[in-house]
Amino acid sequence: MNKYLIPLIAVVVLIPILILGLQSDPRELPSQYIGKPAPEFDLPTLKDPQKRVSTADLRGQVSLVNIWATWCAGCRAEHNFLMQLHREQVIPIYAINWRDNRPGALDWLAQLGDPYVASGFDEEGRVGIDWGVYGAPETFLVNAEGHVLFRYPGPLNRTVWDQEFAPRILELKQ
Amino acid sequence: MTQRLIVVIASLLFTLSAFAIDTGKAFDDPEMQARYERLIAETRCVTCQNQSIKDSNAFIAADLRREIQRLMSEGKSDEEVAEFLVTRYGDFVLYRPRMTGKTMLLWIAPFAFILFAIFAFIRVLRHRMALTMDDEAADGGAAQ
Repeated sequence: MNKYLIPLIAVVVLIPILILGLQSDPRELPSQYIGKPAPEFDLPTLKDPQKRVSTADLRGQVSLVNIWATWCAGCRAEHNFLMQLHREQVIPIYAINWRDNRPGALDWLAQLGDPYVASGFDEEGRVGIDWGVYGAPETFLVNAEGHVLFRYPGPLNRTVWDQEFAPRILELKQ
Repeated sequence: MTQRLIVVIASLLFTLSAFAIDTGKAFDDPEMQARYERLIAETRCVTCQNQSIKDSNAFIAADLRREIQRLMSEGKSDEEVAEFLVTRYGDFVLYRPRMTGKTMLLWIAPFAFILFAIFAFIRVLRHRMALTMDDEAADGGAAQ
């Protein structure tokens, strides 16, 4: 009996660890900014290079920061849903137009609609790197103090919104 | 005809070298260039996770190479470059993670496993030796 005790304990301990390991997606990279101030940025807006949008604009309200680009297929997939959020005035959406070209991006907004309060034009991708972006689209939930609460990598839709964003926003409003 | 075919095949084989990622050098100083190449080889590409940014032509890899080049030309040390990457992407981005509370397990676990294996090996060996000695004792007893 004693002979099998140690291997038995080892298996009982290992199995849950391995199951946990199987369930986690190794491609998903956790954001380093959760609970921390959103990385500073100050960019010309997409629509008017003379105007600027920066971290200061995020203060005083709960907002989304959406990373998008015209070359990103997932961005097109989530665009209708962003328009819906915009129409229903659920939350102000700011954007970082990441490594894109201005005419193309303006064209996209003219054709599909513009759900954003403002899009910062990050041509070189420096701000994307500062935000720890590893693929577009990515969406950050930022609170009134300018802290990042949550980051979702991938296209938004109703299901993701109801599961991940809505409860967190509700919690903030209480 | 065959000669021409050989030439075509040979030239196709040699075009592979044209796919090298950065053709130009980042630094003129060979020492800086060597440091740069070591740093980019030790940085994980975040979109293509089993490649270093040295081997990847993903544009984030290109951006990170550019940032590392910029930090180095500003005179930043290797630690400062690593710090820059880790604040943004976490310890995962370094192929040789630094020793911190979070990464301690990564560094210690292999040695712990080896110690455990040695310990187990010695125990088994002792057990077996005890068995053979018992056998000898038993044999000796039977012979008498």
